[in-house]
Amino acid sequence: MIDFFRRQRYLVDFTLSSLLRRKGKHLGMLLVYSLVVFVLASVMLFSHALQREAGVILQSSPEIIVQRVVAGRHGLIPGNYLEPVGRLRGVSATQARLWGYFYDAALKANYTVMVPPDRQLGHDEVVIGNGIARIRGVDIGDYMTLRAHDGGGISFRVTEIVWPESELVSADLFLISEHAFRSVFGIPEGQFTDLVLSVRNPREVGKIAEKISIKLPDARPILRDEVLRTYGSVFSWRQGIVFVLLSGAVLAFVIFAWDKAAGLSAEEKREIGILKAVGWETGDVLRMKFWEGAIISLAAFLLGYVAAYAHVFYGSAGLFEPVLKGWAVLYPDFRPSPFVDPLQVISLFVFTVLPYTIATIIPIWRAAITDPDAVMR
Amino acid sequence: MRPSTAAFLFFAIVSSLFALTFIDAMLRQPAAVASMAQRARVVSDYGLTDLALFTEARYTRHPSQADLHSAFQDHPVAFEHFPSGSMIPPPAGLRR
Repeated sequence: MIDFFRRQRYLVDFTLSSLLRRKGKHLGMLLVYSLVVFVLASVMLFSHALQREAGVILQSSPEIIVQRVVAGRHGLIPGNYLEPVGRLRGVSATQARLWGYFYDAALKANYTVMVPPDRQLGHDEVVIGNGIARIRGVDIGDYMTLRAHDGGGISFRVTEIVWPESELVSADLFLISEHAFRSVFGIPEGQFTDLVLSVRNPREVGKIAEKISIKLPDARPILRDEVLRTYGSVFSWRQGIVFVLLSGAVLAFVIFAWDKAAGLSAEEKREIGILKAVGWETGDVLRMKFWEGAIISLAAFLLGYVAAYAHVFYGSAGLFEPVLKGWAVLYPDFRPSPFVDPLQVISLFVFTVLPYTIATIIPIWRAAITDPDAVMR
Repeated sequence: MRPSTAAFLFFAIVSSLFALTFIDAMLRQPAAVASMAQRARVVSDYGLTDLALFTEARYTRHPSQADLHSAFQDHPVAFEHFPSGSMIPPPAGLRR
C-alpha cells in the first residue's frame, strides 16, 4: 500500500515538473478553466438561491386573486363582485385591493403604489420601500410629492420605511391611504384593482377558481400555485437563457481543452517515446497523464466554485446586477440566502472535471501502446 | 519542497475552502430562514405577489399578475423591448 502511494507521489512529482516546464501555457489554461467554472457555478448558485427564496416567501402571498378582464386587458373590478365571490362555499374571507404603478419622471423609476390592507394611514402619510428611500435620499419625516391624474401635486409625509432586509419584495413600494390613492389616480369609489380571497381548505382552491370563472365570466382567477409556478419557471428559464448565452464561450473552451488534452504535440509524443524507451510501462504513462488532467481540472473546479460562492453569497452577485437590472432604476439591494443544492454541485463537478480528465487519457493511451521507436520517429 | 508536497498543500487549502462553503451555508441557514420568515410576513401583511427584481415595466414587476399576453405583448414569443423581457418566459397558462 505504501509502495502504491510512493509510486503515485513520484508520478505527481514528475507530472508537476512537466507542467511547470510550460508554466505560462498551463497557468493560462487553469485561469480560463476556473473562469468557466466560476461563471457556471455563479449562475447555478444564484438561480437556485433566488428560486428557493421566492418559493418560501411567496407562500404567504394571497391564495386567490380575482382580476377583471376588459377587452383582453386587466381592468378595474367593481366592489359588488365581492358579494357573489364571498358567498362561494369554502371562501373564508374576501378583500378588495387597490394598487397600481406610478412613474416618477424625475427619477425615471416606477413605484408600486398600494393601499395596505388592515392598516389605516392618514391622507398625507406614506410608507415607502427602502429602494425608494435610498434612491430619492428621503428619510422618515421628509415629504414626497406625486403628480395626480388631474395634474395637481399631492404631498405625502414619510412615516415609515419598510424593513430594509425585505427589499427583494418591497424596494419600490409606496403605501398610501385609500382616499389618497383614489385622489392620485382618479379611481372612483366602488372600483378596485382586484380582489383577494382566502380559502378554508387549500384542496378546494382549484374548484373555487372554477366556480368563479362560471359565476363571473369576465373575471380571471390567479392562484397562489400559479404565482409560485411563474417564479419556478422564471428562474429555470433565466438560468437556461444564461447557459445558452454562455454555451458559445463554453463550447470554445471545450474545443480548446479537447485540443489541448486530446491532440498530442510532437514534443509530447517524443516524451512518451523516451519514457517508454527508458523503461516506463504503458500503465505508468497513463497514470502520469491522469494526474495531469486531474490536477488541472480539480484545481479549476475548486477555485472556480469557491470564487462563485463568495461572489454570490458575499458579493451579492454583483457581476449579474447589470443583467438583472436591465433598464430599471430601482433595483433591490439584497444578498441571496445561502441555499446550496448538493446535487447541482455534484452535476457541476461531473460536467467540468470528468470530461477533461478522460479527454487527457484516451490519446495518451493510443500513443502509449505504440512502439517507442515509432513514436519517437 | 517536492512539487507533490506543494500540490498537496494547495489542494488541502482549496478543498478546505470548498468544504467551508458548505459549513458556511449551514451556519448561516438559521439566520437566513428567520430573515426569510420576516420577509414572508411583509409579503402577507401587504398581500404582495411578486419579487421586486425588475421594476422597469408593469409586466416585469408583477409577472404573475400581468395580462395574459404581456411579457410578450405583440405575440407570445416576440422579442421584448425591455432587456429583462427577454429573460421572462411566456406566462404558464400559455405554455400549457
